[in-house]
Amino acid sequence: MIPASFEYHRAASVDDAIDALGRDEDAKLLAGGHSLIPALKLRIARPSVLVDVGRLDELRYVRDDGDRIAIGALTRHAQLAIDPVLRRECAVVARTAALVGDPQVRHRGTIGGSVAHADPASDLPAVLLALDADLVARGPDGERTIAASSFFTGPFDTELAPREVLTEIRIPKVEHGVYLKHTRRAQDWATVGVAAAVVDGATRVALASMGPTPIRAHAVEDALARGAGAAEAAGHSGEGAEPPSDVTGSGQYRAHLAQVYVRRALEQL
Amino acid sequence: MTNVALTVNGERREAEVEPRQLLVYFLRDQLGLKGTNVGCDTSSCGACTVLVDGESVKSCTVLAVQADGTDVTTIEGLATGDELHPVQQAFHEQHALQCGFCTPGFVMATVSLLQENPSPSEDEIRHALEGNLCRCTGYHNIVRAVEAAAKAGG
Repeated sequence: MIPASFEYHRAASVDDAIDALGRDEDAKLLAGGHSLIPALKLRIARPSVLVDVGRLDELRYVRDDGDRIAIGALTRHAQLAIDPVLRRECAVVARTAALVGDPQVRHRGTIGGSVAHADPASDLPAVLLALDADLVARGPDGERTIAASSFFTGPFDTELAPREVLTEIRIPKVEHGVYLKHTRRAQDWATVGVAAAVVDGATRVALASMGPTPIRAHAVEDALARGAGAAEAAGHSGEGAEPPSDVTGSGQYRAHLAQVYVRRALEQL
Repeated sequence: MTNVALTVNGERREAEVEPRQLLVYFLRDQLGLKGTNVGCDTSSCGACTVLVDGESVKSCTVLAVQADGTDVTTIEGLATGDELHPVQQAFHEQHALQCGFCTPGFVMATVSLLQENPSPSEDEIRHALEGNLCRCTGYHNIVRAVEAAAKAGG
């Protein structure tokens, strides 16, 4: 399968990428390419210009910023998985990065690419939602911070404006965090993914592949806050969810899986 | 067209490519390196695995322009003359192939694995080869070959 033709621009900086995005409304950013290139090959995506930010090494870092950890958007999954700061201060993100795709995918795929692609079945977006991460975007008018809770607006759709570049992900330091996913086969997308974390003393739960975007399981969180145990709280997993039905499972099956995996995640917290 | 200059199996190569040219077709069709196979063409099966700057990647899911300036190793670049690479030797000795189509990808994925984790457990090997599929279902011998290659210092 061969992608349709496009022009290629290798960005020399984030500002250069923003300029290039402004020159053509059908331009698209290329990071690691492990969501975009398969879409190009299937011709689901047909951008006129690919703006390659993949060489911007200044966006590859994990930094301890005191009460938060800052992750450069182009940090690859393989790097996140072994990063000593991340493993110490917010290990759930490192452990989740180690579950994305397979080793070859993790060598190329980036956290920013995964988040900006906004596949509702993706692993890291659900974890970032549970952590209430801040997503930093830069555009022609400067920089702004978008809360993960308002970032994901639909399947493969985000709050990012056409000329904005996601540059950094900021997460809290979290000791107790778990991400579990159910897959049919090795390297599959999550049929259902469950992220749970204790942030500022409160347990937060987010679900992957249980709606058009990653979603917070507010009913589970509320039950926990009222003192419910894991099994009882997990019974509320389907509230507010819109689990899709597809080849990997019916919506009803997903709703069942969510209850099982939420309970397991809460028991492991 | 865009110019790319990269090192392939230790040799400097320069070429003009269309931006949409995938690395695997650049290697196979422009450089004539047919050892890298195209299996599923959807970044699932791993038959097209090569090393880019020492790390395994699926070359059906990388544009040739993304490999500009990198150091690429394909299955053709592993042996030294007639002497097989330790991973190739282990696959040979452990009968880790039947039809052989997936083998270049498995070998390259193994080379990358052993660079990151020189003595993996059986469980780690099976997880590390998740991105490669063998439809002859020869996984047991592949795992044995990886263990043997690790012992041989591959």
